[in-house]
Amino acid sequence: MSAETDQVETAPARTAKGVVFDRTFEALCFAAATLLLTALGGLIVSLAIGGWPAFRTFGLRFFYTSTWDPVQEVYGASGAIVGTLITSALALAFALPFALGVAIFLVELCPERLRRPIGTAVELLAGIPSIVYGMWGLFVFAPWFAKHVQMPAMMASPPGSVWEKLTAGVPNGANILSASLILAIMILPFIAATMRELLLTIPPAVRESAYGLGSTTFEVIRKVSIPYVRSGAVGAIMLGLGRALGETMAVTFIIGNAHGFPSSLFASGATIASTIANEFAEATGELHTASLVALGLVLFIITFAVLALARLLIGRQAHS
Amino acid sequence: MIRRVFLALAATAALAAPLAGCSGKGGEAKAPAGPQISGAGATFPAPLYAKWAEAQKQATGLTLNYQAIGSGGGIKQIEAKTVAFGASDKPLKPEDLEKNGLLQFPTVMGGVVPVANLPGVTPGGLKLTGPLLADIYLGKVTKWSDPAIAALNAGAKLPNLPITVVHRSDGSGTSFLFTSYLTTVAPQWAKVGASDSVAWPAGLGGKGNDGVAAMVKQTPGAIGYVEYAYAKQNGMTYALLQNASGAFVAPTAANFAAAAAGADWTKAPGFYLLLLNQPGKDAWPITGATFILMHRQQSDAATAKAVLSFYDWAFKNGDAQAQALDYVPLPDAVKTLVRQSWSGVVGPDGKPVYQPAS
Repeated sequence: MSAETDQVETAPARTAKGVVFDRTFEALCFAAATLLLTALGGLIVSLAIGGWPAFRTFGLRFFYTSTWDPVQEVYGASGAIVGTLITSALALAFALPFALGVAIFLVELCPERLRRPIGTAVELLAGIPSIVYGMWGLFVFAPWFAKHVQMPAMMASPPGSVWEKLTAGVPNGANILSASLILAIMILPFIAATMRELLLTIPPAVRESAYGLGSTTFEVIRKVSIPYVRSGAVGAIMLGLGRALGETMAVTFIIGNAHGFPSSLFASGATIASTIANEFAEATGELHTASLVALGLVLFIITFAVLALARLLIGRQAHS
Repeated sequence: MIRRVFLALAATAALAAPLAGCSGKGGEAKAPAGPQISGAGATFPAPLYAKWAEAQKQATGLTLNYQAIGSGGGIKQIEAKTVAFGASDKPLKPEDLEKNGLLQFPTVMGGVVPVANLPGVTPGGLKLTGPLLADIYLGKVTKWSDPAIAALNAGAKLPNLPITVVHRSDGSGTSFLFTSYLTTVAPQWAKVGASDSVAWPAGLGGKGNDGVAAMVKQTPGAIGYVEYAYAKQNGMTYALLQNASGAFVAPTAANFAAAAAGADWTKAPGFYLLLLNQPGKDAWPITGATFILMHRQQSDAATAKAVLSFYDWAFKNGDAQAQALDYVPLPDAVKTLVRQSWSGVVGPDGKPVYQPAS
């Protein structure tokens, strides 16, 4: 059968009815996209309006000072901003190797019988509400962490060294590092599950030909599989990072909630999301509310910038 | 192209219309048979209000819809008139009440209790004074073996542990009472001040009473403050505090009541009275009431009447339930004063909406 007749058989003829349907369908899709953009724009505008009193009062100081004093009505966001960036970056650093390992194991190495149970477990992990992670973190993980990681680390660091500064803090497990670890556990399944789907999109022929050329499993993974999905992988990682940046409840439970600049890995800190979650309900002063809304805008911008950067990276790699 | 954009915009509007519609008319659900009232605010009394509402629904058919959104939220909601009453752990100052045309009255009391995790020290085995507590929370006294603590606790075996200060991370009426108390008794606390959330000079924050309780329990050498019910129900090591009469008292319901009894409510316009450091040899120094806010001028007399009859009923019949949940009922004399103040809530005709039966 020639290609021409094949097309005639499967494609329906363009009818007047079809044209009308096409137009409507296009309009509806365009509407959905427009509505989303409008909502996004509305979000930015309303956050900017709500946070304006804070920006007007503190100006740029809002971004680089770390005083957070509801009594004197002096607010600076840098402690929360730094806390957000540090915890998210650490979480990503911890989660990425494991997520990659899980995904590669599931696709390339896992025995057929284990593939489904492990895959499902990873996806279920992504569905657990963050408050559950938070409570587990506070009541189970933090005490364990304090006893088996933090205390030994503090004891082992020689007095006067950089290590002593990095490990200074209250040994009860509520600190920047343990918050990052909890975050890492939370974002791991997102990255692993997406990465697995990506690896599954590699046509078997590609992998098989690499094996046919005599590559070892490791060489196939490193030189064929990973380069093949690289641009998609950046997207998967950014999805995880996006969740880490905005995570609220779990972090609130375990970060220790101290305003100001975190001075060490084991120091208590705060993130933008945890600050808002903690104080919004009881914020009565106009400036307090405005500062919290302004924090929301800052978080929005950070997340937006990170995702935009990811887009840029994907774009560049798709070209190269 | 223009036509296409127009089509798209029309479709956008069509999609958006139901969204706009549902945000506009949220609260117009049909009321059930009995009178229905709505309130919002403080989380501290929420379990008790729920209990009272349940009992009263059985007794009188009155339904209460209470949203525990926090004291700040309660104040905002009543000012915006979206609820029949607001609830706050922090009383509004008389001038703020005046400005917004609000009336305020207390419903029930509680106490804030310093708790500690000290190996070898039993509940009540630790004595503290207000100024010492302030120094600890300022980060000036950093070890349990500090001479200032040892001097108060002769005979107690205090471990040589660093003190970990734990405070609330969320804005809360408990923090407001605690910091107000420190401001009252310790001049050095003035630079931090009193509020729902303050710039804590030291330590780390736990979310909610449970968050503070958990951190104190998990950290040897920690000190924190929680509502009485949490200290009692969790069997935590509480501290005895020195009160205005110089006596070291334990946090008990009787001692909270003693603080309320010693206070002169008649001289407090709008019941603006923090029961901090009150006179009386048994008075617990960090006691506080939780408050209800209503508009003086009511457009809907029936609803306002229902609110007041709800609390009238609770004052008459709800003390046992309050005690069972570790709240402290108001003394009878205070209840009488509160009932008298209710004549300030008037309907559209200018007459008081509610006449207490007694």
